Amino acid sequence: MDTFAKEFHRRTRCDSAASRPQFTNCPTMIVMVGLPARGKTYISKKLTRYLNWIGVPTQVFNLGQYRREVVQTYKNYEFFRPDNEEAMKIRRSCATNALKDIANYFTKEQGQVAVFDATNTTRERRGVIISFAKERGYKVFFIESVCDDLEIIEENIMQVKLSSPDYENYDKEEALVDFLKRIDCYKLSYVPLDEEKDRHLSFIKIFNVGSRYLVNHVQDHIQSRIVYYLMNIHVTPRSIYLSRHGESELNLLGRIGGDSGLSSQGLKYAKALAEFIRGQSIKDLKVWSSHMKRTIQTAEALGVPYEQWKALNEIDAGVCEEMMYEEIQATHPEEFALRDQDKYRYRYPKGESYEDLVHRLEPVIMELERQENVLVICHQAVMRCLLAYFLDKSADDLPYLKCPLHTVLKLTPLAYGCKVESFYLNIQAVNTHRDRPPNVNIARKTEEALQTVPEHQ
Amino acid sequence: MPRELTQNRIQKIWIPSKDDKPSMPRISHGGPHLANPPTVIVMVGLPARGKTYISKKLTRYLNWIGIPTKVFNVGEYRREAVKHYSSYDFFKSDNEDAVKIRQQCALAALRDVKTYLTEEEGQVAVFDATNTTRERRDMILEFGAVNDFKIFFIESLCDDPNVIATNILEVKVSCPDYQDCNKTDAMEDFKKRIECYRMNYQPLDPDQYDRNLSFIKVIDVGRRFLVNRIRDHIQSRIVYYLMNIHVQPRSIYLCRHGESLHNQQGRLGGDSGLSTRGRKFAGALAKFVEEQNLKDLKVWTSQLRRSIQTAEALNVPYEQWKALNEIDGGVCEEMTYEEVRERFPEEFALRDQDKYYYRYPSGESYQDLVQRVEPVIMELERHENVLVICHQAVMRCLLAYFLDKSADEMPYLKCPLHTVLKLTPVAYGCKVESISLNVEAVNTHRDKPEDVKRGPSTLIRRNSVTPLTSPESNKKPRMEGLEDTIFREVTPTQLTLCSPSHTTLALSTQNLKKCSTECHEPPQLCL
Repeated sequence: MDTFAKEFHRRTRCDSAASRPQFTNCPTMIVMVGLPARGKTYISKKLTRYLNWIGVPTQVFNLGQYRREVVQTYKNYEFFRPDNEEAMKIRRSCATNALKDIANYFTKEQGQVAVFDATNTTRERRGVIISFAKERGYKVFFIESVCDDLEIIEENIMQVKLSSPDYENYDKEEALVDFLKRIDCYKLSYVPLDEEKDRHLSFIKIFNVGSRYLVNHVQDHIQSRIVYYLMNIHVTPRSIYLSRHGESELNLLGRIGGDSGLSSQGLKYAKALAEFIRGQSIKDLKVWSSHMKRTIQTAEALGVPYEQWKALNEIDAGVCEEMMYEEIQATHPEEFALRDQDKYRYRYPKGESYEDLVHRLEPVIMELERQENVLVICHQAVMRCLLAYFLDKSADDLPYLKCPLHTVLKLTPLAYGCKVESFYLNIQAVNTHRDRPPNVNIARKTEEALQTVPEHQ
Repeated sequence: MPRELTQNRIQKIWIPSKDDKPSMPRISHGGPHLANPPTVIVMVGLPARGKTYISKKLTRYLNWIGIPTKVFNVGEYRREAVKHYSSYDFFKSDNEDAVKIRQQCALAALRDVKTYLTEEEGQVAVFDATNTTRERRDMILEFGAVNDFKIFFIESLCDDPNVIATNILEVKVSCPDYQDCNKTDAMEDFKKRIECYRMNYQPLDPDQYDRNLSFIKVIDVGRRFLVNRIRDHIQSRIVYYLMNIHVQPRSIYLCRHGESLHNQQGRLGGDSGLSTRGRKFAGALAKFVEEQNLKDLKVWTSQLRRSIQTAEALNVPYEQWKALNEIDGGVCEEMTYEEVRERFPEEFALRDQDKYYYRYPSGESYQDLVQRVEPVIMELERHENVLVICHQAVMRCLLAYFLDKSADEMPYLKCPLHTVLKLTPVAYGCKVESISLNVEAVNTHRDKPEDVKRGPSTLIRRNSVTPLTSPESNKKPRMEGLEDTIFREVTPTQLTLCSPSHTTLALSTQNLKKCSTECHEPPQLCL
């Protein structure tokens, strides 16, 4: 069986080692458009988190941050008045710097997508960006957020603007008044994207937080995925509960994978989970499990309808299925070391890698975005992948995220991120978490390889 | 105490065992995430805007991913009611008798929609007609409200005269209505037909009148889309699909890797390399591809050695998809069929009983494969010329999608080694050319054994995928006996049947064009 390294070099004509083609050739600039408090930064950050998770290196470039660097203290809305020449100069130079950093991100940092998060409300500004991109061969995709529902706008301002560094020394009422005046400064010169005049551009216009979309001239795969993602996300308050199955028979023996049933402690957990869920009084909770016995047994205990997803099955350990770590070390010491070297990309012989898992889980994430309250009963590696998506963890961190048995994580979207609450349901279980050992060299000794293996029967 | 679980023998699905009393109703049958109310997709648009094309393609896709879907084309009902089409005069808005007949046809079609969705386990019905007036659409909305069906509109808008003319030539001129006309006359008449509709055309209005409806406007063959109020998963998938398809002429080439060492030994699965003859095929494939002289051919392989080795011989860039890997034979991987029969006789028999649903222990089923391969299909729709070098079971899944084959037929589709299938979209279907590259290889096809009896009915679960062939459109659309319970508060005039002089109650089978075995093109149809 080829080793991981040999495998990599064998791919002469095919660059990607991922489980699916990424289909991104030239870098893409995503350009946000819209008045302040229309959700541009929310969309920028969320989209960036999604693209990075599916393996497309993406970064946000927020113009407001550039401005805050230059103008150390924010006084009031007058900075944004269109007749404030000095401020205009500063703002223009910030834009130029941001574009420079974007070029740098693409050429020197292997970035693939850059999200230019600013109002970009004038045709002139957008023209500058388009020329910049054209010169360098970057694709441009505009995302415009249009909203005239005053309630939504005020809610946005309350949630993310009042706590911004700009308004540190303001009281809430004053801040709201100032920000509304700030928006007015932009309104006069705002020229929205136009179906006719801008028909050669690629863009999506989002109306009123997603009740309507206008999509024009999608050029390629990544733009199509972005549009699909944007059309599936929503901002209705809800919570996502992530949990592993209860402790299984194979867990007790320190064996990975397989399809065993719950141990007696695992059964206790299932009951405790049922009680916990009842206690949370969740409206319209959907419950999802994998196709494996241990998650289904756990779901059964809840006494509510649940859906099985094969995509939620644990990572396939291939030839190492049902082995203990000690056995893997004994029979496949080189593989074991390679896995420690790059746990995210390492694929078990005849099995899967974390990278494969992410691609397998993408439809689950998309459906999670569409849904409201959901409880997902899954497995260690799977839960790590899902958690990494919600908490924006890198490929390096993902395989080492702590997802212990008998603990429920409750994720609630908040402002630009996600609040996490951890509930340990007080039922004893073995520890299945194996940290990265200090020595990952193929030539390491057995004790070094097994240093971090958790205890088992 | 949680219920005891047993594993269903064919699909290897864990279910509560029969002796336990179920404490909660199980999630029942159907495709993924079935919205409980069925959905009626309503096409909107002037003639020759691609409504039937979209209806059929979308239906094929939805059936393949396991959502029972059927098209109801009002034009067919009209052709049943009015045996001989004379001219565009039929479509004039002041032709009162014709207007009545057309109304009857729409009602008859809706009645059949209701039957399909309430009594025949349909999930989605596609109502393929112009539906260009508010009055007509309001009637349909009323129909939906009364029957608790969700309504989703797909409007196709296009003013490019070239596109329209091409459409007319491709699917209208050869339609039964114009059997006795020459091309020019047919074209002229059809254009006048379009004008009849244009005068009363009220497009969907997202700003006012139609702002609360769920719909997508497809503008200029997919250049632009306006999407309003998507309300559930199925609508979101439909929108995604519509945004990825295109009508550029292109061909999709499907083939398997060259003969492998395992193939020669009669072994399943594994990851062996090419045999000598397999390598010869790879060389022949390279020559074949060159001769095809294609613009921008994309080449895709799986991540198994034998397909990559085949691609390498082409000397062009290629992309690897793990999703194209052969079906996972689980514990049977690398065994010969004889070995499987010896060591797992029960499994061997079960597989023959229900090859589509059967999952190898610790492996996969065709059902799993379809779900796995769906992103590949979506990407194939986006691209133009593509060569997919894959494996027997995978190729069967892909072929079933393009040729609208059901779950029953899929595992027995013939995909021999060293043969390239060239698929070219034509009119409403797909032309298939089978090209053998004349390099000897073993035969790996196993037909369904004669003596096999179907096992107990297999479970269909949520998130399971069971491709269906798109149902044949109603060959004999019924016009008599319209129930007046379909509609509340419908004016009496709309319900009266046409006077005998205008309808023919003797129904005959439609004049369907059947193609040669090489060609899988479905019958030509038009409004």
